[in-house]
Amino acid sequence: MTDRAVLTVSALTQQLRAVVEERFPAVWVEGEISNFRLYGSGHAYFTLKDADAQLRAVLFRNRARRLKFEPADGLSVMAFGSVEVYAQRGEYQLVVELLEPKGLGALQLAFEQLKTRLEAEGLFDAGRKRALPRFPRKIGIVTSPSGAALRDILRVIGRRFGDLHIVIAGCRVQGDGAAAEIAQALRDLDALGDVDVVIVGRGGGSLEDLWAFNEEVVARAIAASTAPVVSAVGHEVDFTIADFVADLRAPTPSAAAELVVREKQAVVDTLIDLRGRLTRAMTRPLRDLERRVDDVVARLRRGGRGELARAEHRLQLAAAGLRSASPFARVENGRHRLDRVEARMRAELRHAASGARHRLAAAVGRLDSLSPLAVLGRGYSLTLADARRIVRSWRDVRPGDPVRVLLHEGSLDCRVDATREQDDRPHV
Amino acid sequence: MTDLTFEDSLARLEQIVGQLEAGNLPLEESLKVFEEGVALARHCAKYLEEAERRIELLTKDEAGAPGTKPFAWEPDGEA
Repeated sequence: MTDRAVLTVSALTQQLRAVVEERFPAVWVEGEISNFRLYGSGHAYFTLKDADAQLRAVLFRNRARRLKFEPADGLSVMAFGSVEVYAQRGEYQLVVELLEPKGLGALQLAFEQLKTRLEAEGLFDAGRKRALPRFPRKIGIVTSPSGAALRDILRVIGRRFGDLHIVIAGCRVQGDGAAAEIAQALRDLDALGDVDVVIVGRGGGSLEDLWAFNEEVVARAIAASTAPVVSAVGHEVDFTIADFVADLRAPTPSAAAELVVREKQAVVDTLIDLRGRLTRAMTRPLRDLERRVDDVVARLRRGGRGELARAEHRLQLAAAGLRSASPFARVENGRHRLDRVEARMRAELRHAASGARHRLAAAVGRLDSLSPLAVLGRGYSLTLADARRIVRSWRDVRPGDPVRVLLHEGSLDCRVDATREQDDRPHV
Repeated sequence: MTDLTFEDSLARLEQIVGQLEAGNLPLEESLKVFEEGVALARHCAKYLEEAERRIELLTKDEAGAPGTKPFAWEPDGEA
């Protein structure tokens, strides 16, 4: 018994460590994660287990950061690393270098996890989607300045409506750090404050190539953008997180340009159509107005027939008297009388018009804003030749003819200087 | 009105045409919006004539202050 070999705990542990660490310097282990804990230090500790055994595992900060997916309890994984003995606690553990989900690839799993999380947050809600401006003036593009995607976008915009202001925020679109650059580029464009719409994207590539567009920073930057964002990542079949967050997903960069920029010709056509409709739409109320003015005159004639007839009769008498008067004195006298009669008739016309105005106001009360007498009040006037014939055309009078212009207040006796078939009223 | 964007102008023009076509505006109002419509149509046409092509690359100086420089680009091939 005196020769028994006695090891100290430390010595034994030392030997165990040598054996274990030499024997398992690099090993793949598969199992299910449990008790996963991520500490403030960035290191993560968990247990790998199967039905009959457990293995402690540690994922140090520098490895934990590189994981694309989020390890969680219950997840089946394959871990690669070395087995180490932790002397202080008499434990051994797997120091994990690589961790991969079983079944789904790591990227797929990461995609699903982020998608689920952001969706639960409401970032994909239809209610958040903003409509694209129909006629953007300033378009932002977030992509690689040397990429095919940019060329495709510029080519399409140039073809459809080249005369636009385009601002390119260049960034890398794949590789480490690309996601941060894309997010920064989105923020830079946003900071300009006057970009109407943003296209963010890149050309086709492998899942790994497109990966930056599946990163949370990019999703957050898209969601935070003031201007609506159109995503255009890869090809038709590629869906990224960016696509779900964006206000609109375009299947390709070219398609994004087509969605954002209308064809100039279509815009021009729209404008021409609107101008035509504007003119046609205005023709009708003007025609209505004419009809109503005619109506007023008819009512004036009918309603004021007695007075007008009397006035006309006197006028005729006066004219007859004038004609029959041979001495100049009588001519002068006749002219004087004629003037008086005319003044009287003018007053009566006005009186009749005022009577007609009341009748008409009642008749067209429901359309009172269209009342033709209100029209006179707005500056329109009626021109009469021979005291009662309405002048509608330049052909109705000749230069030198006397005409009477009925105004809202009073009337004017005028003489025609000239007649013109064309005038310079504005045409649309 | 020059403060209106092209889009706003066109939207207002569409609204005016719609109102006039509906035909239930008082005449005075019709004339007023018609005149506005004519002005808007001119404004839009002018915008389309005057729009200029400009392609810029966003830059940052050493202090990180944003700026822009012209982006030279020639469409290749099918242009």
